[in-house]
Amino acid sequence: MLGEGILKGMAETAKNFFGSYFSAERLTTVEYPEQRIAPFEAARVFPFLVFDSKNPGDGADWQTGMRCVACQICEKECPPKCIFIEKSKDKKPDALGKPQFYPVKFDIDISVCMSCQICVEVCPFEAIKMDTEFELSTVDRFGGLLLDRQQLAKSNEYYHQIHPAEAAGVDARLVAEKVKADAKARSAADAAVAKAAAIAGEGA
Amino acid sequence: MSFVFYILAALTVAGGLAAMLLKNTVHCALALTVAFAGLALLFLNLDAQFAGFAQILVYIGAVAILVVFAILLTRGSETPRDGVFSRTWLVGLVIAAGVFAVLGWAVIGSVRVLPHETAVPTVTVLQIGNALVSRYVLPLEIVAVLLTAAMIGAVIVAMHEKEGQK
Amino acid sequence: MINTLDQIFVLLRHWLVSFLPAAWQPLVGVLLSVAAIVCLFPALFALTTVFERKGLARIQNRLGPNRVGPFGLLQPIADGIKSLTKEDIVPLSADAAVHFLAPVLLLVAVFMGFAVLPMGRNMVFVDMDAGLLFYFAMSASTELSVFMAGWSSRNKYSLLGAMRAVAQMISYEVPLLLSSVVVVMMTGSLSLTKIVAAQSGFTWGLPHWFIFTPWGCAGFVMYAIATTAETNRSPFDLPEGESELVAGYHTEYSGFKFALFFLGEYLAMFSISGLGTTLFLGGWSAPFSFLTWVPSWIWFFSKLMLSIFVFIWMRGTLPRLRQDQLMNFAWKFVLPLCLLNLMVVALWRFMGDGWLRWVICSAILIGAYATMGWGEMRRGKIGPRSYRYAE
Ligand code: SF4
Ligand code: SF4
Repeated sequence: MLGEGILKGMAETAKNFFGSYFSAERLTTVEYPEQRIAPFEAARVFPFLVFDSKNPGDGADWQTGMRCVACQICEKECPPKCIFIEKSKDKKPDALGKPQFYPVKFDIDISVCMSCQICVEVCPFEAIKMDTEFELSTVDRFGGLLLDRQQLAKSNEYYHQIHPAEAAGVDARLVAEKVKADAKARSAADAAVAKAAAIAGEGA
Repeated sequence: MSFVFYILAALTVAGGLAAMLLKNTVHCALALTVAFAGLALLFLNLDAQFAGFAQILVYIGAVAILVVFAILLTRGSETPRDGVFSRTWLVGLVIAAGVFAVLGWAVIGSVRVLPHETAVPTVTVLQIGNALVSRYVLPLEIVAVLLTAAMIGAVIVAMHEKEGQK
Repeated sequence: MINTLDQIFVLLRHWLVSFLPAAWQPLVGVLLSVAAIVCLFPALFALTTVFERKGLARIQNRLGPNRVGPFGLLQPIADGIKSLTKEDIVPLSADAAVHFLAPVLLLVAVFMGFAVLPMGRNMVFVDMDAGLLFYFAMSASTELSVFMAGWSSRNKYSLLGAMRAVAQMISYEVPLLLSSVVVVMMTGSLSLTKIVAAQSGFTWGLPHWFIFTPWGCAGFVMYAIATTAETNRSPFDLPEGESELVAGYHTEYSGFKFALFFLGEYLAMFSISGLGTTLFLGGWSAPFSFLTWVPSWIWFFSKLMLSIFVFIWMRGTLPRLRQDQLMNFAWKFVLPLCLLNLMVVALWRFMGDGWLRWVICSAILIGAYATMGWGEMRRGKIGPRSYRYAE
């Protein structure tokens, strides 16, 4: 009969209404500032720059340990163009000891950033990763949301804290790369030595 | 003829004048509602509650809405650029004068017929209802037939248009 | 003592007025009543907005507002301050005068409606002979303000919303009037106090409310449907369908004027629920004969709040109708039933007492409802939605 569905629906909502006062599992709301849910491994908000510190915890060497080499790939790839990088004139040794450029200026306008993670995908140096910090409200709409190099720099330990599995993978890869690079360097050195010896032998 | 009457009369006439003279047609319609409201208040001032409220219900609640609907649905809402005086104003004047004459004749005629009452008669809704279905039943039926015919005509006009589009 | 409590507001007014010279008394008495209405119902509105939000939240298994004050009860104060301090924007091309007048006229018309509602024994502002007609005249003149709001904003959404609202209100005014007329036919009076008086008796401890008769029950259901449409409440809230019209006719209103519209909408809901209470639910009379000692105004306001709760409940349950469904429903279903109900009530009146009229009248109404509903549903005019593209 006409109207049956309406009555059925009304009964359902009435059940919800009264049920919500009696059964706690109906109310799934988490009352945010007091209650929080543990962040997920894959949670992502805005990017940050990873640095390796010699003595974990102090963060004094954020500038020297920064993995970013100012290659500017992320700047080019960022869809809304919210990254601004200024490359250094000189070079400093990176984690592998190779002399590299470094960013004199690295700004991200997080009021523009859309958390797409493309910068992270394209960075060949594992230098930029996604943060999980989301309580970023500020009263300064322009300056407060433009994060500079120092504000962006977070230690590798912090990275391990927020994305343990992902960071472990990254570290393993970096170590493997370093081993490979070392091996290559050593073999190159060996080859050089051998060559030198051969030349010496020839000369002798 | 009290002070209140003059205020209400002025309001009604002002509404009517504005309805004629304003440029924007929707403004005219709104001014017309002011005139309707003034008429309703005049009825109330005469202690004719039923007539006054019926006037509000029918004229402000329905007729005014119909008028604005008609204006908006027929693209009449744009302000005419060349004045608001029709070219056939003379004909309009003649018609208006004719209507006014008929109304005046009716009013003067009825004054002579009606007994000169000093106290305001208290007419309840019940009495109005009784009068409508007993003494005035024929006019009521005629009006009803007329309105039904008008409605059927409107439906036919609307239907015809739809078929033409197919 | 009980009598004093019942008449407490009337006595209070007498007592306050008695301090004044005799010449002033009528005027001040009127002003006091106006002030009471003008303060009471907006206060009720403030409370209702919280309860509506909380009720809707509970219906959806959420918590609802609970931050401002204990249990979120001070939320309306925060909202009020917010809307008062917001910028009052009038669009550049809007018709400023009409734009300003629309909310004011709406509110005036809505407030006038309260004047004839008997809110308790001897608690009616003006006891008019044509009270019901006055009420409908006032509620009909709100339509024009809605149109004025929509038209003067010079915004397509506003205009569309206003046209929808006006079309809907005009269409549903017919069933609204026809479903109320049955009560007038039975009591033979348009005066709301007389209508309440006609329902004040008890049989076996049960009241003589009109809703407990076949025609009254049918009339009440149709009245409820028509009022929901008339007040633009869900499921008939097409005029402000957010998904297509932003906010309908008050899209271009902000700050205090928007608050006035919001207030007007809720006040219209209160007054029309109050009228429904008066017409079908016995007004301020008690639901059982052993409860007659409870002050009459308590009954009126509890019935009013109960109706409001049903409004909220429906809003939480039913999805919005489409425009054609809305119109079909009004003209092809509710209106014929209303007309039939008029015949039934005449039959009821002239059949005299006895159980036979109960059986015959109920049979006619239920039969008509069932066959019409079945026919309409079979023809797909009303009933469950069908989707052409989405499955
Ligand atoms: S963050 Fe990565 S991609 Fe961007 S400039 Fe630094 S090294 Fe290059
Ligand atoms: S997350 Fe996306 S939008 Fe944000 S900085 Fe990286 S590339 Fe740009």
